[in-house]
Amino acid sequence: MKVGIPSEIFPNELRVAATPKTVKRLQKQGFEVYIQRHAGAKANFSDKEFEDAGAKLVGTAAEIYGQCDIVLKVKEPAMTEVDLMHEGLVLLSYLWPAQNPALLQKLAEKKVNAIAMDAIPRISRAQKMDVLSSMANIAGYRAVIEGSYHFGRFLNGQITAAGKVEPAKVLVIGAGVAGLAAIGAANSLGAIVRAFDTRKEVAEQIESMGAQFLTVNINEDGATASGYSKEMSKEFIEAEMKLFLEQATEVDIIITTAQIPGKSAPKLILDYHVAAMKPGSVIVDLAASSGGNCVLTKDGEVFTTDNGVTIVGKLNQLPNQASQLYGNNLCHLLDDMGKAEKFNINMEDAVVSRAMVTYNGKINWPPQPLPVTAAKSNATANVTTEDPKVTEQKNAKKQAASMLIRLLVIGGLLGILGQFAPSEFMQHFTVFVLSVFVGWQVIWNVSHSLHTPLMAVTNAISGIIVVGGLVQIGSMANASDNLPITILASVAILVASINIVGGFVVTHRMLKMFKK
Amino acid sequence: MIEKNIQIAAYVFASILFILSLGGLSSQQSAKRGVYYGIIGMIIAILATVLGEEVKGGYIYIVAAIGVASVIGIILARKVEMTSMPQLVAILHSFVGLAAVLVGFGSYLDQHESLPGDPEGPVKHIIHLVEVYLGVFIGAITFTGSIVAWGKLEGKIRSKPLLYPGRHVVNILLVIACIVMGVLFTMQDGTNGMLYLYIMTGIACFIGIMLVMAIGGADMPVVVSMLNSYSGWAAAAAGFMLGNDLLIVTGALVGSSGAILSIIMCKAMNRSFFSVILGGFGEGSSAGSATEMEGEVTSINHEEVADLLKEAKSIVIVPGYGMAVAKAQYPIYDMVQTLRKSGKNVRFAIHPVAGRLPGHMNVLLAEANVPYDIVLEMDEINEDMPDTNVVMVIGANDVVNPGAQDDPSSPIYGMPVIEAWKAEEVIVMKRSMSAGYAGVENPLFYKSNTDMLYGDAKDSVEKILNYLKN
Repeated sequence: MKVGIPSEIFPNELRVAATPKTVKRLQKQGFEVYIQRHAGAKANFSDKEFEDAGAKLVGTAAEIYGQCDIVLKVKEPAMTEVDLMHEGLVLLSYLWPAQNPALLQKLAEKKVNAIAMDAIPRISRAQKMDVLSSMANIAGYRAVIEGSYHFGRFLNGQITAAGKVEPAKVLVIGAGVAGLAAIGAANSLGAIVRAFDTRKEVAEQIESMGAQFLTVNINEDGATASGYSKEMSKEFIEAEMKLFLEQATEVDIIITTAQIPGKSAPKLILDYHVAAMKPGSVIVDLAASSGGNCVLTKDGEVFTTDNGVTIVGKLNQLPNQASQLYGNNLCHLLDDMGKAEKFNINMEDAVVSRAMVTYNGKINWPPQPLPVTAAKSNATANVTTEDPKVTEQKNAKKQAASMLIRLLVIGGLLGILGQFAPSEFMQHFTVFVLSVFVGWQVIWNVSHSLHTPLMAVTNAISGIIVVGGLVQIGSMANASDNLPITILASVAILVASINIVGGFVVTHRMLKMFKK
Repeated sequence: MIEKNIQIAAYVFASILFILSLGGLSSQQSAKRGVYYGIIGMIIAILATVLGEEVKGGYIYIVAAIGVASVIGIILARKVEMTSMPQLVAILHSFVGLAAVLVGFGSYLDQHESLPGDPEGPVKHIIHLVEVYLGVFIGAITFTGSIVAWGKLEGKIRSKPLLYPGRHVVNILLVIACIVMGVLFTMQDGTNGMLYLYIMTGIACFIGIMLVMAIGGADMPVVVSMLNSYSGWAAAAAGFMLGNDLLIVTGALVGSSGAILSIIMCKAMNRSFFSVILGGFGEGSSAGSATEMEGEVTSINHEEVADLLKEAKSIVIVPGYGMAVAKAQYPIYDMVQTLRKSGKNVRFAIHPVAGRLPGHMNVLLAEANVPYDIVLEMDEINEDMPDTNVVMVIGANDVVNPGAQDDPSSPIYGMPVIEAWKAEEVIVMKRSMSAGYAGVENPLFYKSNTDMLYGDAKDSVEKILNYLKN
């Protein structure tokens, strides 16, 4: 099967749907790979690299759309591009089906089987092909880097000979993948990070990334079954705005990541918030393309307000890195669809059926909802745990009681034994019991790694049974007096001595090997 | 000739040296000194016995037997490969068992000690007979049990547990028969009870065989430690029959040592001692619990593994018996050295029951010159797992099974395991997708951060090493 990768025609789109690494991977899956000349130029991949990786270079996009079975793209295709596509072509690309009904109509008319990478459902199995997550991760990281660049101060606190530097305070609004990535990046640069999200379930994730979770005192959870957040009630929004105002006066960098699928981004940072911020502060708006979380954001622009706050509405996409991750996501999806050999479109599959927005000339959008959420069921929280101290005390009492009983039994048995056994036996018995205790104490201290040498050495010293043989054989002045005993004892000495010598030698050999 | 008191003093000194010898094993540095203590103690004990009043003759036999035995012992110990240490340990146990049986028979035939005028005479006589009987009984079980264990470890006997219906009843009946024989035996005068002793020895030999036959390959560490313990008790019993404190002390030391090892092994498998001894693990219990595995098994090739290792900062290697079988410890050490030279933190995680002998993996790694300070125990490494980039599981299976923690229906639920799945990436090197010794499916293989690398461990590691060096 042929897989084709055309150049992206949208001027601001720097990414490419395949990289030399993913080309190799596609070939391993059994595909022939065709790529348009200069497709990777904007992401710093040269044609030569693609050729070396085994891809065939093609001059025009028309050849790709006309001859390949599967086309990989990043940005949704323009109508002119759709015109070039042949019937039955499988297209993997961003499509934003909710925003682009006309495009879907056209794709369906051309009988193109289009998979919207942005419509891959967010279930665990599909994580490896979730382009929204992989791209959001880059955006979150980059937001911190660009925010810090425009901020013009250290993010971490330092105490130097030249004086003390306060750490910067960063507020991240929305703790999705991008938000969490931003928290992680800001935290590792040394900033004090706070994060806000309407979904209570993410508090733990925020704290695990090293940020403080901010919340409002209104009991309303913004989590929905799809894993995204919903729009909140009026009181909630008022409380939220108040919180943002308090924070705006304190923090140095605000990174907003709040987006609601299929709608314009919620306005979270209003003009009075911006006015309250200190001069030199920075707002990085990751929702700029869908209207912006800040009312003042200009999509694709970086500008400074009158009170000296820089608002960043444009981010470098890190096209090289982004292409690599996007390309990997595509490879994973093709892997799931059966690779080249067994490639098929399985509309029963939960992932394919939801992402396949046009199939056999029909529009398949919006898909059936698929409930997923990371929240744990409430039942688990109700498990009552006994106070550990009480249980401990109970256990200690139980142990003491059972120990007392055991000691009484042992004492009784020893008493009975002493009643009947001769004193000589009791002496030996004393030695025996004490030795068991000594052995018990000594052996627990033996290092785990030396258990094999321990067994070998105990093997050797249990050869002490040789003494028994020695005494027996030596008890007769003349060995031929009692032939059976002589034979028995000789064999006993023989085998026991093998043990002694063999055990010690092999232990010594082993211990010599242990080196630091 | 030395006096009785001097001999006793020598015995006490030898006992102290033996205790110090075992105590020395608490750390690698003092362990070598410990061996010398043991050797000196043994020489003192033998000399004190031979020069004592009890030994009046038979020196030729003594010297000949010890001489021949030394040659055999040295050859055995020099030749043995570290991978076959379990076999050597097992066969040495059988020797102690055999010696205990022989000494017991000898002691029975040689009954001139009890004096007729002693008022405690009859009681003493009975106690002596009981000691002989017990010593022979334990010795015989140790003897045949160890031989079967050796056969299983060597692969001469199939390692699958031999189970037949009603075996518990049969075993109990056999033990009762032995007790009955014992009562009859102690009632006989002189050496008239020989027949009972013979029959009991036969039965004990049979019990020893069946005991070990019923135990599967993965439980071998417990069995070998148990036999280690038995060999000690056999020596202690011999000490009682001869009235020799040195034998009693040493036997008790060895006996408790083996018992502790058995306990440690059982804890590491989360199984009670009796369930191991009664055998039949993984029968029935696993049948109803075939939990559906979610996700799919993904495989990886050698070059990709090498790339992962090149990018990783922290690497943990989990070796298992598969590494021993493939003798992969040498190329593994080469690989570890290469990785460590490029500044990576490479460590080994050892599960207590990995291998066929307690501490087996440590010895194998030591043989390949792996420094012991990068070889860590399960508990030491588990907390570092979330910060580990790559875990390589080489020939291990059950010891990294997440089902032991989160699947209550799993037969190994509750067994402490190495939490490999918490690392970013897990590579499992395995010959095929078959289940481990416990016969349990391993959900680790189906996790999304796990990749399988099929093939012989040694070949695979060598190939990875090649890619790493280029």
